[in-house]
Amino acid sequence: MSEHEIELSVNGRRQVVRVPARRLLSDCLRHDLAFTSTHVGCEQGTCGACTVLVDGAPMRSCLLPAVTVDGCEITTAEGCRAPDGGLGRVQRALVRCQGVQCGFCTPGMVVSIVAFLRECPRPSPEQARDAVAGVLCRCTGYQDLVAAVLHAARPDGGASG
Amino acid sequence: MTAPHVGRPVTGAAAERFAAGTGRFLDDLGSGAAAAAFVRSPHGHARVLRIDLADAERVPGLIAVFTYRDLTGGAREPLPVLIPHPSLHSPRTGLPLADDVVRHVGEPVVMVVAVDRYVAEDVCRLIRVDYEPLPAVIGIPAARRADHLVHPGVAGNVAARMMQENGDARAAVAAAPHRLTLRLGVERSAAMPMECRGVYARPDRDDRSLRVYSATQAAASLRFALAAILDLPADRVEVVAPDVGGGFGVKLVHPWPEEVLVPWAALRLGREVKWVEDRAEHIAAASHERGQQHEVEVGFDGDGQVRGLVVSFWHDTGAYTPYGIIVPLVTSTQLPGPYRLGAYRVEFRSLYTNTAIVTPYRGAGRPQGAFVMERTLDAIARFLGADRAEVRRRNMIRPSEMPYDQGLTFQDGRPLVYDSGDYPALLDTALTRSGWHDFATRREREPDKRLGIGIACYVEGTGMGPYEGARVQVDTGGHVTVTVGLTTQGQGHGTVFAQIAADELGVAPRDVTVVCGDTRRFPYAAGTFASRSAVVGGNAVALAARKVRDKALRVAARALDVPPDELSLADGAVVANDRAIPLATVAVLANPLRYAFDHRTRQATQFAPDADPDQPPLDADDAPGLDATAFFSPIRSTVSAGVHVAVVEIDPDTAEIALRNYVVVHDCGRPINPAVVEGQIRGGVAQGIGGALYERIAYGDDGRLRTGSLADLLLPTAHDVPEITIDHLVTPSPLNPLGVKGVGEGGVVPVMAAIASAVEDAEGIVLDRMPITPAELWELRQKHRG
Repeated sequence: MSEHEIELSVNGRRQVVRVPARRLLSDCLRHDLAFTSTHVGCEQGTCGACTVLVDGAPMRSCLLPAVTVDGCEITTAEGCRAPDGGLGRVQRALVRCQGVQCGFCTPGMVVSIVAFLRECPRPSPEQARDAVAGVLCRCTGYQDLVAAVLHAARPDGGASG
Repeated sequence: MTAPHVGRPVTGAAAERFAAGTGRFLDDLGSGAAAAAFVRSPHGHARVLRIDLADAERVPGLIAVFTYRDLTGGAREPLPVLIPHPSLHSPRTGLPLADDVVRHVGEPVVMVVAVDRYVAEDVCRLIRVDYEPLPAVIGIPAARRADHLVHPGVAGNVAARMMQENGDARAAVAAAPHRLTLRLGVERSAAMPMECRGVYARPDRDDRSLRVYSATQAAASLRFALAAILDLPADRVEVVAPDVGGGFGVKLVHPWPEEVLVPWAALRLGREVKWVEDRAEHIAAASHERGQQHEVEVGFDGDGQVRGLVVSFWHDTGAYTPYGIIVPLVTSTQLPGPYRLGAYRVEFRSLYTNTAIVTPYRGAGRPQGAFVMERTLDAIARFLGADRAEVRRRNMIRPSEMPYDQGLTFQDGRPLVYDSGDYPALLDTALTRSGWHDFATRREREPDKRLGIGIACYVEGTGMGPYEGARVQVDTGGHVTVTVGLTTQGQGHGTVFAQIAADELGVAPRDVTVVCGDTRRFPYAAGTFASRSAVVGGNAVALAARKVRDKALRVAARALDVPPDELSLADGAVVANDRAIPLATVAVLANPLRYAFDHRTRQATQFAPDADPDQPPLDADDAPGLDATAFFSPIRSTVSAGVHVAVVEIDPDTAEIALRNYVVVHDCGRPINPAVVEGQIRGGVAQGIGGALYERIAYGDDGRLRTGSLADLLLPTAHDVPEITIDHLVTPSPLNPLGVKGVGEGGVVPVMAAIASAVEDAEGIVLDRMPITPAELWELRQKHRG
């Protein structure tokens, strides 16, 4: 099995890691680099829990060999905090709107919503539903997640009320 | 006075951790542990002829390979029948690793331990197992025909047969003015938590102990099971449920084969071993539910009042019966729902099939029971040309009849007595909120759409025993810790237990930390299932907190020299008329100390200025600290109830079914946290929608699994679940101090029935089984037309 040294920027910090060619990005992030928010729910590319941003675009990290993202910027849920170290606005909105139950799909939701709001900062309720439709959640019934997207998109960044 | 926290939508600390990405789930633990993987049967039924390990053993990084022959002690024995029952006349369970015969796809045959998961899976692929395929028994019709047997010696594939009767139902049906016969069925689906199963075992050779982390709903019970099977003293076994990513029943099963094998291998190898399941394994090898076929005879009068109901059903229990007959027993006893049936007879048979085991999945047999009862009432309404809601109302138990005894024995072995409720009020509210009476007008307003409305009612026995316990401690900084044996998988235990303790102790919920599912901290519990945590655990928390409260008042009374009944607890302090002592100080005073190791403890030494030299520092019947443990053991189950109304819109060409509106009106007694309650209901309804429209686990007749990934086994996405309107009615339970009833499962129970009713209303085609896909509905249309 060939091994490769790759360089990633994860949540803004440079990481150099040596991985076998077949090592999945999800395993590299979780087990080689300890970004354990990247949860693996299916390894089939369907559940979306492992979603991370690769150069800003949401991708299933369980389908990507780590070597294929050499040189890329990766964002996980750990990297979605506010500049002051507190919860970021999407994270705060999920907590506030009761969009978190067991917490397993939550990191995939966080990064998906962050990426979505960059593209669509003022979504309609239907668009907010699209924002979370790529990640399966078995707990919440989705309504509170949709509410969280809308809350995070408020002009004040969901900071109040 | 601190405002009460119970009844408010408080948010919890766990949600913040999860949103931050700092949860600690099973696979986040045990970095560097050896990885286990399993060779599993690809056959539904086969004899294992030969296992060839030659190629596998040459793989670098392999640590060990185990087959059944390598196992020792209790790991060689069949797994326990956890819930025996007199009606379960032929219980059978699997071995941790199959010996000569495999009985379902996914059954573990070989265990591999390697340096990492990639190597372990490489090794699995190089192990060659020769099988002699045997005829597979797939589905209830094949099991009933019994041309082949799943277990030799189990005649007719019947694991259990049970009958209960209240009144002479056959005679009542025969004597009724009208009679109908129905055949109804529900197919297989499964809990599918987003986190699969996982086990991580850490043996400690130095003190001969074993710590096991498992994504489980029953840490305390798993501990005792492992101690028994691995022949270890229970005080040398610790089981910890870390953050667990959903359970819905599947993680209540214990021990899973892997929960025995991973700790067994860790002890044998003297090193840490971890196994984390992938989704393909989970679908094949974890448990399923729901598969039942019912035959119904109902007798009723011209008003639609049921005079007698006779139900026979067949329950697909899969290859083994570790959970006994719990699921069909729940179906049989919860089927009557909120109704007064003149007489009721129910008989079921649990049938073995060559499929994954069947154990309780959220709702645990109730969705099938509600489907059968509600389909029957719809059939009566259709026969009489009566309004479906009105037929339900005529059969409903009245509030004046509470408590109402259904004359049946429930799953906990106690009489099924409904403790409280106002079912007609639930119905009225649901009809109003859903626009039931105006639906014809709505249909006329939208003539180009194929709309339908459906209704379903349910009751749910919740909060069963035997008991749960809690320890409440106030530390010398005034912080409160609540420790329970219950596990949590997203139900908000940390939030609701904190609210309960906060109110009893006059502190804020954020000053309360709740510890769940760690046998090192609290060893006794039954587990998180059957919507019982808030009822049984919540009341245990309240009782323990009240003990702490009483002690705090007693200690403060002595310090302030006032009678305890002149004191109260508020804002983190014991308050007299004009004075207050912080709870932190009371905690210091409650523990007479020998040593003054900091400024706080100086007040508590036996040499403190106000110590009474004529009294012992600790009274004979007292204990140090603000620290109390209490257990709550209910007499019998509480009974929640609700009414759901679904509005569907069906595509006239493609038969695609979309939910337009969904209304839930429910009664779970006094809600501790309305946001948690609503979250539980929404999640339950979403799973019910999955069971009604999308989720179906399918096997081929050869026993092969046809839905092995989430691309085949469809779970609802955000696009499939509508906004759900929720309304609460409250009839407090008289059976516990908090007046609560459970809510964890209720959301799922009537959904199949409500959607079937709505689809039927839209299409004018009778539905007798669920789930219903667009393709199936399209075919029904063709048949109906022909």
